[in-house]
Amino acid sequence: MSEPILVVDRLSGRIAGQQVVEDVSFEVPASGVTALLGRNGVGKTSTIKSILGLIERTGEVRLAGTRVDRLPTHRIVQRGVGYVPEDREVFGALTVGENLRLAERDDRPRRELVDRLFPDLVERRAQRAGTLSGGQQQMVSLARALVNENRLLLVDEPTKGLAPRIVDEVAAALAEAARTVPILLVEQNLHVIRALAERVVVLSGGRVVFTGAASDLLDDEDRIQRYLGVHDAAEGQNASEGESR
Amino acid sequence: MNQQRTDAAAPVDAPTRDTTTGPTPPPAASARRPLLLLAGGVALVVLLAILPLLAIDIPGVLPGPTYTPGTLQLLAYAMLIAALALSYRMMFGLAGLLSFGHALFFAAGAYGLGMTLYAFAPVAWPSELIFLGSIAVTLVVGIVLAATVGSLALRVTGISFAMVTLAFAQAGSVLIRRNPGGATGGDEGLSLDIEHVPDALVGVVNTRNLYWLALGVLVFVYLVVLWVERSRAGHVAEAVRENELRVRVIGLRPYTVKLLIFIVASVLAAVAGMGYLLLQSGASPRIATADFTLTLLVIVVLGGVGYRWGAIVGGIVYTLLDQRLTALAGSDFIAGLPAVLRVPLSEPLFILGTLFILVVLFLPGGIAGIPQRIRTGRKQHPVETEEAADA
Amino acid sequence: MSTLLLLVITGLGLGALYFLVASGLSLIYGLMGVLNFAHGSFLTISAFLGWEVGRRVSDGTWAGLALSALVGMLVGAVVAAATEYLLIRRLYERHIEQALVTVGLALASVALFEGIWGTDPIYTQKPEWLGETTEILGAKIPNDRFLLIACALLVLGGIVLFLQRTRYGLIIRAGVENRSMVTALGIDVRRSFTIVFAIGGAAAGLGGVLASVYYGYVSAHLGSVLLIFAFIVTVIGGLGSLTGAAIASVLVAVLQQFANYYLGGTGDLVVVIALAAVLLVRPRGLMGKAA
Repeated sequence: MSEPILVVDRLSGRIAGQQVVEDVSFEVPASGVTALLGRNGVGKTSTIKSILGLIERTGEVRLAGTRVDRLPTHRIVQRGVGYVPEDREVFGALTVGENLRLAERDDRPRRELVDRLFPDLVERRAQRAGTLSGGQQQMVSLARALVNENRLLLVDEPTKGLAPRIVDEVAAALAEAARTVPILLVEQNLHVIRALAERVVVLSGGRVVFTGAASDLLDDEDRIQRYLGVHDAAEGQNASEGESR
Repeated sequence: MNQQRTDAAAPVDAPTRDTTTGPTPPPAASARRPLLLLAGGVALVVLLAILPLLAIDIPGVLPGPTYTPGTLQLLAYAMLIAALALSYRMMFGLAGLLSFGHALFFAAGAYGLGMTLYAFAPVAWPSELIFLGSIAVTLVVGIVLAATVGSLALRVTGISFAMVTLAFAQAGSVLIRRNPGGATGGDEGLSLDIEHVPDALVGVVNTRNLYWLALGVLVFVYLVVLWVERSRAGHVAEAVRENELRVRVIGLRPYTVKLLIFIVASVLAAVAGMGYLLLQSGASPRIATADFTLTLLVIVVLGGVGYRWGAIVGGIVYTLLDQRLTALAGSDFIAGLPAVLRVPLSEPLFILGTLFILVVLFLPGGIAGIPQRIRTGRKQHPVETEEAADA
Repeated sequence: MSTLLLLVITGLGLGALYFLVASGLSLIYGLMGVLNFAHGSFLTISAFLGWEVGRRVSDGTWAGLALSALVGMLVGAVVAAATEYLLIRRLYERHIEQALVTVGLALASVALFEGIWGTDPIYTQKPEWLGETTEILGAKIPNDRFLLIACALLVLGGIVLFLQRTRYGLIIRAGVENRSMVTALGIDVRRSFTIVFAIGGAAAGLGGVLASVYYGYVSAHLGSVLLIFAFIVTVIGGLGSLTGAAIASVLVAVLQQFANYYLGGTGDLVVVIALAAVLLVRPRGLMGKAA
């Protein structure tokens, strides 16, 4: 087995002095999608943010074998990490084109790829990102990560609050991306996880309680119930309250 | 060692750090500690109280032996500033309210008493009654003013709060300078009308009494601050500073608690202001300016925001330094220096400002935090060093 | 009518001064969360050095004034950038300490200026035309007002162009909105901190030279006086909003002129009341982002 792209070792994170991630250790292999799962409020987003240094953290984080846990966020990202945050965090006062231009790090950004994946955005270049629908904002957010050649993508709840049709579009874009870059994916939608993830890491109470092949978890109704607190019966569509905005 | 590591990774946020987060002393010592502190405190007050009867001379620090009026005047002034700083620290350090308008209440105390004494001057009551009555009126005015400004300003938070308080203080400052109806004396300042002031508090020969009065004000303010901090309101205020949302969730109203603290701190400032009027035999418009509040901020941070006695140490150190540096500026030694050194060294505020910057940069925790730092060893700021290396 | 016009144009001229100070304050606060108390000192040092250089070359001429303005902008930019780089940056993300350091710097620098140039105002020379008046619709408008307004418009245009057309401008606009996301895109925002300080310092520097034209003197307290009004303008306009700062500058200054004229010199008081009123009705200011 090749070296993992990301090794997280005894990572702890704090927000305003409060421990939100506790001693988390796991690895992300150099290819495919690894899903980071757990019930709501268990610290998945905080784990991602700790990896990036967006919140105070202690412990070790290795990217492709090099320690990055002492680096400021922008240095970590410059080493080839694409980040798609929860709630998209597009710059609402900037246009779509400006959002994308801001994200371009490479000398030869992959604009054609982004245009092909998200044709909706092409005609909206001059529109302010704040006036886009939730689904379109998510595409801007994904496009910001995909426009560069990355070694790892950290994608946080990309389908949250989106209509089913948009969920499929986002999932398709992620599947395409996953062919060339490993992804650490936080996701609630079991449907999407089934379609994309090869491995899963489950957090509970701020700690890792399960790591293994995705099928080991997803074929076991008991484990799903125990770790994620949901039934898989409803096709995992727990995020189908329709497109926001 | 592990403790050290987690500690070091936290952004060292001095103003929000309180003494309680320091390492707890061993149990045996902790039982005796409050007693020792109390005894030490009482001893200190007693020492300060008998100072006018002694002839201690500290050349370079005090202008003369401790029984001389000049020195007593300076020490009394320092204690009043310390009391004022203590009240400011209660707002800023305890409740996290960064006000730029504290000078307004100090000025309200000084000008309030001064103006009331003038107003009552023609009345044919006994002097004692007029004097005490004027103090009472000033206190009531202080409470009303504090409640008005506080209830308005606290509707906003953070920088906006600072700005609203600054605005009110600025309005007060403008009013005082404008001298409406000749009541405030404008730029000249207001002189104390001694007609109804007890004789014991008037004149250079009675500086001793004024000194004791100032000491009394300081002890009074300290006790009130201590009482507020130990009270339920104090604990809630502290919790609000750390995490307002959590307090809201518990179901307490941060607004009421903050308003209470604001009013108490403001009235204490007014009390210190009254002491100032009596001590200085007048009030100058300088004490109402934003610069004066900034000086208070400097004093509190210099002394150490996390510590009650930090404000006292800061107030006394600042006042003494200010006075001594002014004396130094006029000395022959400075006059003999080349211009590059002479110009900056003859400006006390330049030295104090620079000192302040150095304290903020290198001594988070202020003067009062020094013992703590020595005990825990000098902490590295990993974020900082790494950022510096990165730049 | 002519009085009205005179008050409005004088207000615009004063508003131009406020804007030159407030624009930097607002950008710095918007991007970095730092309330910069030293901004007035950037203005004062620029005014002094601009005057020192200008008068040595050709006092009271247009060339001298232009040189003063250039020197002022340069000094303001350099001093401000150095402040950010040497003091503010060391306290990365510790906003209260950052503000405290600027408080210390403001106190120390004003004292230093007093030490060097004395406590009394130093009266300055200006080109003859600026001391004359132009009659518009019966109102005799002092000419220096036009210079102030023109300069402020140029600065406003320049900053807007910079923000809209350059990559750093893009980073600054994005950073004002969501700084941590900018770093999460692999961008070192700290470099733009220095740039914002330099721009703000240059604007304040120009403001310093123009203030010495407007008031007719330079003094160690030139900046402190303008700073308080610039703070008020910044808060009324909405922290972080350049447009807000521009609008509020004009509103505050015009209001001040009117109150001074019609309400017996109560301009300062009225402005303060306006600030309290705006904050209580709309805490984020006219154009500020939602808190």
